[in-house]
Amino acid sequence: MSTSRQYDAIVIGGGHNGLVNGAYLAQAGLRTIILERRHLVGGAAITEELRPGFKFTTFSYALSLLRPEIIHELDLVAHGFMPLLMPSSFCPMENGDSLVIGQDHGENLQEIARHSPHDADAFLQYRHDIEMVVRAVKPLFDNAAPDPFDASPDNLAEMADLARHLRGIDKGVLHNLVRLLTGSASDFLDDYFESDIVKAWLASSGTIGTSVGPMSQGSGLVLLFHSMGEHDGHVGSWAFHKGGNGGFTQVLARAAEAFGAEITLDAEVERVLTAHGRATGVALADGTELAADVVVSAADPRRTFTEFVDPRELPADLVDSLRRYRYQGTSSKVNFALDGLPTYPSLGDRSDMFRGFMNVAPSVEYLERAFDESKYGWYSKRPYIDGAIQSTIDPDMAPPGQHVMSCFVQYTPYALRSSGWAAERDQMADNVQDTLESFFPGFSDLVLQREVVTPLDIEQVAGLPEGNIFHGEFFAPQMYFFRPAPGWHRYRTPIDGYYQCGSGTHPGGCVSGGPGRLASRRILADLAGRP
Amino acid sequence: MLRRTPFHDRVVAANDTSLWSHWAGHLVVEQYQLSEKWEYVAVRTAAGAFDTSPLYKYRVVGPDAERFLTGVLARDVRTCRPGQAQYTIWCDERGYVNEDGVVFRHASDEFLLTSAAPNLSYFRHQIGRDRVEITDITDALGILAIQGPRSHAVLSALAPEIAGLAYFHHTPAKLGGAAVTISRTGFTGDLGYEIICDRDDAPAVWDAVFDVGAAHGLIPFGQIALLMARIEAGLLLIGKDFESSRFADNDEHRSTPFELGLGWMLRSIDDDSRPFIGRRALLRERDDGTSRWKMVGLAVDPYDHHTKFTAAGMVPPKDHVPVHEDMMVYDDDRRRVGYATSFMYSPVLQRHIALARIVPALAAPGTRVNLEFTINHEYVQVGAEVVRTPMFAPARTTAPMNGAR
Ligand SMILES: Cc1cc2nc3c(=O)[nH]c(=O)nc-3n(C[C@H](O)[C@H](O)[C@H](O)COP(=O)(O)OP(=O)(O)OC[C@H]3O[C@@H](n4cnc5c(N)ncnc54)[C@H](O)[C@@H]3O)c2cc1C
Repeated sequence: MSTSRQYDAIVIGGGHNGLVNGAYLAQAGLRTIILERRHLVGGAAITEELRPGFKFTTFSYALSLLRPEIIHELDLVAHGFMPLLMPSSFCPMENGDSLVIGQDHGENLQEIARHSPHDADAFLQYRHDIEMVVRAVKPLFDNAAPDPFDASPDNLAEMADLARHLRGIDKGVLHNLVRLLTGSASDFLDDYFESDIVKAWLASSGTIGTSVGPMSQGSGLVLLFHSMGEHDGHVGSWAFHKGGNGGFTQVLARAAEAFGAEITLDAEVERVLTAHGRATGVALADGTELAADVVVSAADPRRTFTEFVDPRELPADLVDSLRRYRYQGTSSKVNFALDGLPTYPSLGDRSDMFRGFMNVAPSVEYLERAFDESKYGWYSKRPYIDGAIQSTIDPDMAPPGQHVMSCFVQYTPYALRSSGWAAERDQMADNVQDTLESFFPGFSDLVLQREVVTPLDIEQVAGLPEGNIFHGEFFAPQMYFFRPAPGWHRYRTPIDGYYQCGSGTHPGGCVSGGPGRLASRRILADLAGRP
Repeated sequence: MLRRTPFHDRVVAANDTSLWSHWAGHLVVEQYQLSEKWEYVAVRTAAGAFDTSPLYKYRVVGPDAERFLTGVLARDVRTCRPGQAQYTIWCDERGYVNEDGVVFRHASDEFLLTSAAPNLSYFRHQIGRDRVEITDITDALGILAIQGPRSHAVLSALAPEIAGLAYFHHTPAKLGGAAVTISRTGFTGDLGYEIICDRDDAPAVWDAVFDVGAAHGLIPFGQIALLMARIEAGLLLIGKDFESSRFADNDEHRSTPFELGLGWMLRSIDDDSRPFIGRRALLRERDDGTSRWKMVGLAVDPYDHHTKFTAAGMVPPKDHVPVHEDMMVYDDDRRRVGYATSFMYSPVLQRHIALARIVPALAAPGTRVNLEFTINHEYVQVGAEVVRTPMFAPARTTAPMNGAR
């Protein structure tokens, strides 16, 4: 690499947000380069062939939060975008029974009624109420938050728009929104449902990636966040991407390149170069320097503010907020290559229920107990497992008749009380396998290979601090105009020309592309001198 | 798993088409015979049997059961005496219709309520201090509807108890060795009965009915034939002609009883002893005349229909299979004045007919409006006349049978 090549924009990090951001900048005509530390793009959204013919979604494994605008604006279909319907949700139960939710509306209501006749129309009411809340917060989700600390006329106008929007929300919907943002998932669900398995099914998504149990205040926010997505217009529903989430980031990379962005792999940025309070380019670990007027960090807030630049260049309150910003990852993955599909005794030969999420959380109490152990620095003996066997729908994922099973696991706190992940990784994975064996007798006999991904692996391999899957906890004081820090939620940094666009910015983590897209709008507006 | 109705084994044996559909989570028959029209014709000229078992069924019992239902249902259930049944609706506090169903009164303190969608949590939340218990007994019962001019002949041969049974009355009876309830109700607008039986008795009931019925031309009929009959009868269907207010996106998708042409249910709305849910809003709507629509029948002008299609070089289509998509209605000045929600060619009326919402000013029977068709890939308006519902209402439907009552 030659020294001091000139670009209009440098994006640090080829995770999905960096790719989205770089694609928009290139589409707008900026000479853009995306620099990725690893040998592949995707960050936490990659697919790897760890065993011949078996494609593992090492980290993230399903899509829902992806902002639909991005599909069209970046012409992703032309580059291979292909979401695959997940037709079912399957919740095994301790007593051998199950809850299977499929594609037929009437059948689903009967299945719920089988567990509690009361819950059938309660489910319709719940879904309707959630949809109304989602609709009310969507404009907030899909736009940069205004700055409550800035009295400039443009910003006051934005604040007024926000106030007007909030005033227009129905009072019941607003109340539900506040109940979700401040309360627990289990309290919210108790207001609708009698059946524990129905509650456990819905409560699980109130804990994903976050150090909360379903009974913790704050799990309502996580529940709402995971309802903000859609698949083909169905609010809150999920899909696989062809080839796994890594297949999706490959699509993004092709789109970015088609707009003229360059992508360089094995290019670790060491520093952002600055002069007179302005970003001027970056220096790579190998000593190469690249120059650009715009530098965008698509990495996490810790790297963005304390590693790529010197904290001494930043305002003290920002440095202070970032020190308090919580990561404390609590999720792991244990992925399996399987010699066949598991069996669930009470469903006999049925295997259709394995085509979507498999929610191993047979009761709200089970989930909460799994969380309890993590509060004191240990991993769950009986973990919550979100399983997904993409090869049931996508034959390219595994050889015929064989399967790959992704298991998202909680709770596994990053900081263990009296041990470390190097020592505990196998025991943690054994707990997962034993739990699966207890629901699916004979499971272990099917295992050809297992990949264990602890929070430490998430940190060291994918680069997410403390293994937090979202670049920072989904806690209310770390969301919206506080993400990642008060006053620095609009993708700018205190250094002119230096921007941030990773999951540590609004609207936050998940494979949504929202941060990358909104940051690109900020950057392009700044370059054009627009508010 | 999709559920099987209590009649499933018999239904499978009778289904010659392998055409199935799903209704309320149950496997049901789209059409038994290669011609769904043949099944419809049987209902109008002989008799047909329809498996209605997937309906949700709620048992409402207790000293305050009447008080409770009187406050929840928009139609005054106090006028429904034991042995009677009522088609009814329930509204929200803004007067918008949630859902509809049929309530059967068995005793002063015992009712059976059927509905197309689940409602148990909704009803329970309305109980307050009433001493009433509501139980979902959907799976415990089978319901077989016997509909058509010969339905009385078939059933009276089996269950003499139905002699003299009046429209929307019911009676306990013995049929095929089973204790059943037979009501003079149905969803076809024709003379007809429904047999409510215990789940385990369903096959015996089916067999007994067909043993006698075959000679009268009784055949089973599927969903399509039912939809045809119900449009002619002006019977509204949730999800097609209206949506539940509970789950509607916005007020455009909500309707009040007046707007649905169900104002007749509210005859006693001025009675202050009955403060049912939605009453005050409905009183205001009535007194202020704020209804946005009125549900009416439309009968398409056969000459205009013929002329417009023929002029376009087409044979005028007369398709009896119901269409459930919005079709726009215009006045003669091309202002949009409503929309049809269900449309078909009615074999028995020999007319294209629709159930439609029209602005109240144009809702009087005899008013001429225009219904929008697609002819040669272009929108074309064809004249239609506002008519009363039911559009097909033979005297036999409500006539005394065997002279009694
Ligand atoms: C185990 C796991 C499971 C998950 N499951 C799901 C799921 O199923 N669905 C979902 O929607 N979300 C899921 N998530 C969350 C989601 O994957 C992440 O929030 C999202 O992928 C983060 O994307 P990003 O682009 O913001 O950051 P990242 O993906 O973290 O990308 C940052 C990139 O920057 C690179 N980088 C870092 N430092 C440097 C440097 N110095 N120089 C150059 N490059 C650098 C990194 O290598 C990385 O590629 C999961 C996450 C994990 C960890």
